Amino acid sequence: MNQQLSTDERARMAAHDGPLLSVRDLTKRYGQRIGCDDISFDVWPGEVLAIVGESGSGKTTLLNCISTRLPATSGTVTYQMRDGQPRNLFEMEEAERRHLLRTDWGFVHQNPADGLRMTVSAGANVGERLMAVGNRHYGQIRETATDWLSRVEIMAERIDDQPRAFSGGMRQRLQIARNLVTAPRLVFMDEPTGGLDVSVQARLLDLLRGLVADLGLAVIIVTHDLAVARLLSDRIMVMKDGHVIETGLTDRVLDDPQAPYTQLLVSSILQV
Amino acid sequence: MITIPTEQQPLIVRDLAKSFTMHLQGGRSLPVLANAGFALKAGECAVLAGPSGVGKSSILKMIYGNYAVNSGSIAVWHEGAVIDLATAEPRAVMAVRKRTIGYVSQFLSVVPRVSTRDIVAEPMIARGIDRQEARERAETLLARLNLPSRLFDLPPATFSGGEQQRVNIARGFSTNHPILLLDEPTASLDSANRDVVLEIISEKKAEGVALLGIFHDLDTRERVADHLIDVSAFAPAQAA
Repeated sequence: MNQQLSTDERARMAAHDGPLLSVRDLTKRYGQRIGCDDISFDVWPGEVLAIVGESGSGKTTLLNCISTRLPATSGTVTYQMRDGQPRNLFEMEEAERRHLLRTDWGFVHQNPADGLRMTVSAGANVGERLMAVGNRHYGQIRETATDWLSRVEIMAERIDDQPRAFSGGMRQRLQIARNLVTAPRLVFMDEPTGGLDVSVQARLLDLLRGLVADLGLAVIIVTHDLAVARLLSDRIMVMKDGHVIETGLTDRVLDDPQAPYTQLLVSSILQV
Repeated sequence: MITIPTEQQPLIVRDLAKSFTMHLQGGRSLPVLANAGFALKAGECAVLAGPSGVGKSSILKMIYGNYAVNSGSIAVWHEGAVIDLATAEPRAVMAVRKRTIGYVSQFLSVVPRVSTRDIVAEPMIARGIDRQEARERAETLLARLNLPSRLFDLPPATFSGGEQQRVNIARGFSTNHPILLLDEPTASLDSANRDVVLEIISEKKAEGVALLGIFHDLDTRERVADHLIDVSAFAPAQAA
């Protein structure tokens, strides 16, 4: 594997500093149609990047390509593994990639049912990822699961209930606990507050904001909601028709948008 | 003569220009500033002066990175090196905000469920101060600004306007950033709290902090300003 590394990548690793994830020239085509076109960016440890745009802008396609849930047409995604080695994700074995997804990464889906097992208990949903990283001690797993349920504000007495019996907000909080229990370094989120009532959204955002700061997580969050991006992200990437229109510090992009399309998006927000 | 920032003169603005292009209004351009230039000295407070709409607030926002810069430079002394904020990458701007430049404003968006104490403590914790100590310092600062201690545990969402302003001011002043931008920190405060803010500014000066502020009240301005920067001198040649 080491032979694949360029000299400057090695030098960067030696300095023990560098992006956690580097996307270069990533393109996804569906036949003639562009999913996303020639996208390049870095995400550093502890940084929250919001990818914003309207439906059909290619933001979810991009997220799915980066997280290797969808094969890209061309381009590379390099991830700095826990041992400090950068690896091209598209050249990894399937098993290795699955392991990464279950341990060092998280993926929070818009619909909790896509990220949870609806017919096993809440505790088992959280415990499953712990077992994937080698935990076998039942008592410890249950204790950690209980702890995580309380961190996402789910009462301990609900640990044996199935998520089917939970409200939408609770399911989403359970999905977050399931993802964070293995202390991932990078979490992908696809419209995590999308299907929720406004008051439930506010609570979830608040919870996410606290967890991201406390755990020092790097997050790539896809959202069409600029208020969510403002509250959670350090940087914003604005997408339209598969292209990046504008990128920058979150409050710069929102307070002084440069591109015509970004100005349109920002001016379309209802002021309350 | 080219001067670069140092610890004693940590921020130098040169030839700064700003205009807004409004694409939704047919690409109309609104020039705001041209050739703005000044420097900040450690231990002094400079005040941006000039009538409303002259671009004082735009200058603060460009320095803090909320507004893009059209041309010119904003050179800042950041942890022993010089960074040009006019062209810096977002990551560099974030690092400068964390370590070097703080922003004091009365108006921050309220986070729904975070306690007042933690809102004020948060920037200190982010800078590596122990959580417990940060909370204690936050309480001291809030008490100084006459916020009743029964409010410390509550999120400020339900507070009066004046109480929220003081929470934001406490948050802004809580850190030991070597440069502080003051966006009308005394506006609409009663005289007792205004005096507390002026006292804090004096202490910051004594600690060697370089301050740049906007103060509309002439009396306050006179009490804090070591020198005035006349922003109307930076007006663009013609308004479109």
